[in-house]
Amino acid sequence: MKELRLMKGNEALAEAAIRAGADAYFGYPITPQSEVIEYLMRENPADRTGMQVLQAESEVAAINMVYGAAGCGKKAMTSSSSPGISLKMEGISYIAGAELPCVVVNVVRAGPGLGTIQPSQSDYFQAVKGGGHGDYKMIVLAPATVQESVDYVRLGFELAFKYRNPVMILSDGIIGQMMEKVELFEQHPRSTEEPEWATVGKKPGKDSVIVTSLQLQSEEQEKVNLKLQAKYREMEKNEVRYETHQCEDAEYLFVAFGSCARITRKAMEMARKKGIKAGLIRPQTLYPFPVKAIHKLAKQVKGIMTVEMNAGQMVEDVRLAARGEAPVEFFGRFGGMIPSPDEIFNAFEQKMIGG
Amino acid sequence: MSEEIIIAGFGGQGVLSMGQIICYSGVMQGKEVSWMPSYGPEMRGGTANCTAIISDEQISSPVLTEFDTAIVLNQPSMDKFEDAIKPGGLLIYEENGMTRKPRRKDINICAIAAYDESVKMNNTKVFNMIVIGGFLKVKPIIELENVIKGLEKVLPERYHHLIPLNEEAIHRGMKIIKEAHQAN
Repeated sequence: MKELRLMKGNEALAEAAIRAGADAYFGYPITPQSEVIEYLMRENPADRTGMQVLQAESEVAAINMVYGAAGCGKKAMTSSSSPGISLKMEGISYIAGAELPCVVVNVVRAGPGLGTIQPSQSDYFQAVKGGGHGDYKMIVLAPATVQESVDYVRLGFELAFKYRNPVMILSDGIIGQMMEKVELFEQHPRSTEEPEWATVGKKPGKDSVIVTSLQLQSEEQEKVNLKLQAKYREMEKNEVRYETHQCEDAEYLFVAFGSCARITRKAMEMARKKGIKAGLIRPQTLYPFPVKAIHKLAKQVKGIMTVEMNAGQMVEDVRLAARGEAPVEFFGRFGGMIPSPDEIFNAFEQKMIGG
Repeated sequence: MSEEIIIAGFGGQGVLSMGQIICYSGVMQGKEVSWMPSYGPEMRGGTANCTAIISDEQISSPVLTEFDTAIVLNQPSMDKFEDAIKPGGLLIYEENGMTRKPRRKDINICAIAAYDESVKMNNTKVFNMIVIGGFLKVKPIIELENVIKGLEKVLPERYHHLIPLNEEAIHRGMKIIKEAHQAN
């Protein structure tokens, strides 16, 4: 039976990791995501499922513990907030290079540097365009509700193992800190199977398994890259997820993700009340990005307004997707400031309608 | 039905848990709810606030700039949120420790001496439940039985014997809240 609870986004991520049958969580506290590790420590999942939880000595240690666990074929997760995620980037690149699965959660706060502990979406580029070095991609899931925080942990592990690739859940200070109703899925058992790529000791009659991201022969390294790129094209074909609101007859389109999409939806409803046919598309996967859906809508509408809690990052992908079919404008607040629906609507009226 | 509430006061007055109890009660009544705390530097400075939304429909934005109801438990909170109440909205303030009366004339204003009442009950910890009682008297958006069910969810089992005390506090709050001003 499904279970209804009132939970903080961060707690929901933690509970979902236990229920998804994760084998391990390694983390290091940082506001506004510390409730993830606090919840796990309190809940002590070792008693429930045997899942191991460890507070590492640093973010760098935590991501490398994830690397090690993933190399053994285990379901491992780590979480942090922006400055901590920057520290993890080297490890994420290695995990992507070694083609191992894991889930990394970023409960974004505003930067640059230590910045502030208030919510932001200013790590979009870092999540979607690389962040670490080398030509790699992560599937990036952007929850807008506490419910999606739960669902994306399970989905994240599924996708991570399907593609043997790191998956990032890009939450933020709002979704992490707020409480909402959630339906929890049933406990999944931890897997007892060892994938054939897991480094768990050489079996007689089988080749040794080596996990590495190092390939010094350029010809070979190019092959590695081609294989990765082919995998990313598969992800782009299969894993695009998005949600639309009132787009059927829309003459204007809002694009927003995560918590900002909820606020933007209110602005869209304000426009509708004034008789302006506005719609909203909310990418749920930021990579792969809903390029086709936005391109199709761009042909239908008079203008597109992207709203983000940053200085304008996703708007670049929206422009690429729109391919000039409609003008693309941007409104954002940053540094930990949260836009109000009125502000968004006013900016929309000014930039799109010309009031 | 949609009720957007800001609750603000000193840390330790039970501001955050008041919001959680209201939300949990809302869940018990089959409503959509959201609860958003302040977690910034102001938390460290001694004042805290949270936004609680109870609605029949899906809640779009958990972060608001204006509210149907403000429940303020100290002067800095009154100063900060009096102007954020929608015209015709409701302000409930704790009388103890306020140095100035509210200015607005276009909102309904109620005063509650919850702290004094909690002293009379020999338990200042139920202060916030008295305030919740006062709020539910003025805006009966949630039935009492659902508040009790909510408490059962919020409180760990070892505290369940305190639920009757909390219920009593709610009743006292309902009794002592007074109207201070009716919206013009």
